[in-house]
Amino acid sequence: MRRVAVVGIGMTKIGISDKSQIEMFSEAAMEAINNSAIGPKDIQALFMGNYLGDFEEGQMNMAPMCASELGMTYDVPSVRVEGACASGSVGIREAYIWVASGFCDIVLAGGTERASAMGTSLATRTFAMGSDSRYESFCGATFPGVFAMIARLYSAKYGIPMEKLKEKMAMVAVKNHKNGVKNPLAQFQKEITVDTVLNSFMVADPLQLFDCCPFSDGAAAIVLASEEVAKRLTDKPVYIMGVGQGSAGPLYRQRDITRIRAREAAAAQAYKMAGLSPEDIDVCELHDCFTIAEILAYEGLGFFDFGKGIQALENGETEITGRIAVNPSGGLKAKGHPIGATGAAQAYEIVKQLRGECGGRQVQGAKFGMTDTLGGDLATSVNIIYGV
Amino acid sequence: MAYLFNHRHFYEGLKEGKLLGLVCKSCGKYTVPAKICCAECGSTEIEAVQLSGKGKIKTYTVIRVAPEGFTPPYILAMVELEEGPWLMGNVEGCGTELSDAELIEKNVILGHKVHPPAVYSAGEVVSIAFFLE
Repeated sequence: MRRVAVVGIGMTKIGISDKSQIEMFSEAAMEAINNSAIGPKDIQALFMGNYLGDFEEGQMNMAPMCASELGMTYDVPSVRVEGACASGSVGIREAYIWVASGFCDIVLAGGTERASAMGTSLATRTFAMGSDSRYESFCGATFPGVFAMIARLYSAKYGIPMEKLKEKMAMVAVKNHKNGVKNPLAQFQKEITVDTVLNSFMVADPLQLFDCCPFSDGAAAIVLASEEVAKRLTDKPVYIMGVGQGSAGPLYRQRDITRIRAREAAAAQAYKMAGLSPEDIDVCELHDCFTIAEILAYEGLGFFDFGKGIQALENGETEITGRIAVNPSGGLKAKGHPIGATGAAQAYEIVKQLRGECGGRQVQGAKFGMTDTLGGDLATSVNIIYGV
Repeated sequence: MAYLFNHRHFYEGLKEGKLLGLVCKSCGKYTVPAKICCAECGSTEIEAVQLSGKGKIKTYTVIRVAPEGFTPPYILAMVELEEGPWLMGNVEGCGTELSDAELIEKNVILGHKVHPPAVYSAGEVVSIAFFLE
């Protein structure tokens, strides 16, 4: 396996867009290509994440259209990858393997999504298609509902009164909104308070509106190259140190859903490959689709012990200036969650952090960064560790 | 290798008030709903079994923002069955204005709901429901 480096990144503003998924992806990808000092014709393969393009725009098979839109050549294989909310990271891992294996030298990855086009009711239905359609979806399961059940199980399992847990969960939203203010590409660039969260309407007890990430449109892209090529293209290569991906079945098979086993497996793979441990990570963009989800990730990634995740918030340890900066971009909560693009948007932030290009939200001296992306009902989990 | 029985058989069982699953001849554990192999050990030495349909609520939520085609509020729960496996289902026959953790560890018994064929449903679906004992 060869070493693989990131040589270019690009991302659109996340929010509500009237551009098509292909247009958004092309904007992010062309930025990444220009950022790489290569041209579209140098790219040898494309892996792009997208979850619901069919429901959003009636658009399927958009990967070859994106390749064409960007001016890539006829001999470039282009593939849409779908792993629900983890699609973008699944694509980056695929691209990594193609370059690491020696099959390609330069590969483009990323993702695009236009969730706002569906409206809340259809979006809620189609998002829930990541659940088991034969045995769970027709109970009216929703993603907020799943994480609400996790929050209640977490409260019962660890004996943390719900009132206390809700206050700590709210602190996740407060932190990530505070970070989002410093990110010009974030969907929400506005601070909130614990009361903002606790006074917002109930979506799925105990999760309120501000415990949930928004529906978002946006795209992000990343160009990967072999170490040899990367050294020619950039004097600031950011290396992929380790990758991991895990899989789990429907929720009824997973049972104790306070432990996300697919994530634990993915993170273990990534740490082992990188030769690093959780304490080595300086900055992490993790999957805070709901406030409770960030707390679970603190534990599942090994940053804090199981059942102790809320202490991180009490002590400010995951602030930008804390022991490990978590979601300096604002996370899914404030930066936004353009489903198929989310993993690539996380990679965009980590690469910028490691290059020292994050201005007011820069994590000082960051050397190792990690992305954590969760798809479906805790079913697909991808972790990627980057380093300089 | 064919399924011993599949989701259609499971649905028919629910309609008759039966919770159908598998028991493993190798490890003795139960698998519900059925799968191509034992959910615990992966063995294909399995046989069909009817479970009690009784269990305890481990966690739940009240869905207040629903997918298209569903009318909120309603209760969604995960139940640990007497025999070990967990199932997701709606809790029927009780109100949705609940005090915190009110339903945790409550005993329930199996029911079901029939959903006529709809868009993206691949025909009739029978979903799992529970009633408080």
